[in-house]
Amino acid sequence: MTVQSVSLVIAGSGGAGVVTAGSLLLDAAANAGWYALMSRSSGPQIRGGEAAAMLRFATEPIMSHDDSFHLLMAVDWENITRFSAEIPLVAGSLIVGDPAHGDAPVALLGGKPRQAALAMTEIAGKIENGRPNMVALGAIAALIGLPPQAMQAVVEKNLRRKGQAAIDASMAAFHAGIAAAADLPAIPKLPAVTAVSEPRWSITGNEATGLGVIRGGVRFVAAYPITPATEVLEWLAPSLAKVGGVLVQAEDELASINQIIGASYGGVPAMTATSGPGLSLMIESLGLAVAAEVPIVVVDVMRVGPSTGIATKSEQSDLNIAVYGLHGDAPHIVVASNSVADCLFTTQWAVHLAESMQAPTIVLSDQAMGQARAIIPRPAELAFIGQRETAKAAVEGERYQRYAVTASGVSPMAIPGTAGLTHTADGLEHNEFGTPSSQASDHQAQMDKRSRKLTQFNYGDHWADIEDAEGGAGDMAIITWGSSTGPAREALRRFSDAGGKARLISVRLIAPVQPERMAAALHGITRALVVEQSHSGQFHRMLRAFYDLPRETRSLHQAGPLAFGPGRILEQLKTWRA
Amino acid sequence: MEAAARKYKAKDYKSELKPIWCPGCGDYTVLNALTRALAELGLPPEQVAVVSGIGCSSRIPAYTSVYGFHGVHGRALPVATGLKLARPDLTVIVTGGDGDGFSIGGNHFLHACRRNVDMTYIVMDNQVYGMTKGQASPTTAPDWEGSKLTPEGTGINPFQPLVVGLASGANFIARVSSSDPVNMAQIIVEAIRHPGFSLVQVLSPCVTFRPEQAEWRDIVRTALVDYTDDAARAARRLMTDDGFNVGKVLYKGERPPFRPEFENTDGSIAELEAKFSL
Repeated sequence: MTVQSVSLVIAGSGGAGVVTAGSLLLDAAANAGWYALMSRSSGPQIRGGEAAAMLRFATEPIMSHDDSFHLLMAVDWENITRFSAEIPLVAGSLIVGDPAHGDAPVALLGGKPRQAALAMTEIAGKIENGRPNMVALGAIAALIGLPPQAMQAVVEKNLRRKGQAAIDASMAAFHAGIAAAADLPAIPKLPAVTAVSEPRWSITGNEATGLGVIRGGVRFVAAYPITPATEVLEWLAPSLAKVGGVLVQAEDELASINQIIGASYGGVPAMTATSGPGLSLMIESLGLAVAAEVPIVVVDVMRVGPSTGIATKSEQSDLNIAVYGLHGDAPHIVVASNSVADCLFTTQWAVHLAESMQAPTIVLSDQAMGQARAIIPRPAELAFIGQRETAKAAVEGERYQRYAVTASGVSPMAIPGTAGLTHTADGLEHNEFGTPSSQASDHQAQMDKRSRKLTQFNYGDHWADIEDAEGGAGDMAIITWGSSTGPAREALRRFSDAGGKARLISVRLIAPVQPERMAAALHGITRALVVEQSHSGQFHRMLRAFYDLPRETRSLHQAGPLAFGPGRILEQLKTWRA
Repeated sequence: MEAAARKYKAKDYKSELKPIWCPGCGDYTVLNALTRALAELGLPPEQVAVVSGIGCSSRIPAYTSVYGFHGVHGRALPVATGLKLARPDLTVIVTGGDGDGFSIGGNHFLHACRRNVDMTYIVMDNQVYGMTKGQASPTTAPDWEGSKLTPEGTGINPFQPLVVGLASGANFIARVSSSDPVNMAQIIVEAIRHPGFSLVQVLSPCVTFRPEQAEWRDIVRTALVDYTDDAARAARRLMTDDGFNVGKVLYKGERPPFRPEFENTDGSIAELEAKFSL
């Protein structure tokens, strides 16, 4: 059955206030037993300025926003046109604005949404310390069917330190909003949930990434702040300390990646998080980690590029640099998270891969997932913990070979402090002892082993998430990655509900490529739709280069920051006649 | 301690690898002094790590028998920082040249001094890029015309590593000459023993691209005064000397090293996860 959900936007110029209001609503939805997804879009201002919180609620798990919003609640209209493209409104949609701030801008009216007024400022003014945001939340709660007691608990928790008077003022404004909503046109309501069927979490993608890092066994993190990755690091700083780890702020990204290389060489699993500009700076040293065979994890929470681009908004356009950016032939691992919840799984897996293969691993997340908060089913416990093969003791009469040419390609690593196994780890090409060498044979042997350890590793089923329509895969597939998976998943579900047959392949292991596994996944598929958020179709080109795709393969790609709605993908499936 | 009673000898810290350096290069002396200092300190080789970037002098790790890390150009200090913070039990030494440390790695130099992690940075300063065959470095005099890249000289005043190091917070500053390996070894011993970030500038001539530096042996003089713990006095001394006062420690600070603690509270991941639970 197609997802029953309600989608709304809270927008206004008091940036923090809007996002806070969205968070309160999300927490209240959690109390009501719902699932939710909240993304945020901000203008360029550092503090305050205009912002929009986009929320979708449902009675079952969701991974994507809808194609349009049922409701836009505008606290004011300041600069709201900057977001108009990100807030699709249609004939059934409802715009609610405060008459104190005038009429809705024409740019919002293209889809002919309904309009209504809610005198938030005036209503709030009649309540001592009443705030328009709370009036707006009351109206929203009434419109979408959110029980008032769900909000009561949230307000009590959030304002406990400010005292009972503050709680009372907020709740008075909230209830005034509920009362005022009686005059507003209706939008879809969600049913109340009487009994929650499973344990749920409220978590952001960036927090989930941080948790994956810790679960994987990382205990040293070097940090240089960059939007939109900073929250990964800010969550890790106090959290690492609780599990016996350390986070150090570095002077730049060149330092942060080299610090983690140093820490990992010292035997402590290590990572850093950054975004495109920082990844660009780290590239040379990622090559060092390849050559010196030092396991590290670098998380890239992608934003719109190139250059400074749009720092606060999402795009899947760092695929090329992550895969091809390193000079020389530099085998490394690139994995991609494909949902808020999957940020946990994929990052934890990444630590496991890096440690097992003694190779740098890049995790691609993006702003859309990283800065989104979701109410999700509690993620499963995972067994992945970084296991590095180490050399423990010297063998009598044998000189230790740090870069021994082994069948698996992985050479047991001696950790400093181990007697009898001293060696120099080197970014210079070297022989099996680590001694610098410019000989062709040593280069060939070391290249072969560094490549082999990645190609021979058993990645299991985790290389991709593969899901079929209820009626089966039929002859059609959607191939996608990263945050485009959410809308693709929902498109598949809608297609399936309408009796369509198709398969979703969301590639988690971007590099090294898995031609045999992909061939198996594409067995019987004659049409493939490649979905991604990049201007040049980077993912499509990569698939073309490495995989045997069906002859009929179409590319659906667009630049960020606009995300695909499920409807656009569904449209492609429905209109593609065999 | 008597040499005979020592557990280790200098040669115990040397690998069998033959250096790529030119005959007469000052860096040979640094390798000798470093291994002699490690013997003097009696450190088990596996408890020492030498970290470097790129350049002639950055080849030192492989010439030692301790743990070594030979990274990319200019990034030795961050590698060493990560290593020492993750493994406070190790003795961490960074070796490199003036180009690696003060040009491409300049920002890391500032922040390593400022961060004051307990490690020793030995910079072999020959005022030239030797590995790329003789270009002006940040410490080259502005009128040096020996490079095809800057045939009229750089016209830029040289970088003052010790002044900048002092201003940035280095906790130990010394200048030594490769013409006196015994003194150099002793200063390195002191540098390693002193807590925090220790900076040792070695005047290490490049006989190939700066043959005139052979004269340094005759120009250098032992500094007249002993070290100060007064940064202002050290600054005045460093800013007024001609760069050839060697052989003594110039400054020792008392700033405690940066040393974040790894607390032993394993097993509380469940506690972190509980915060997400509804």
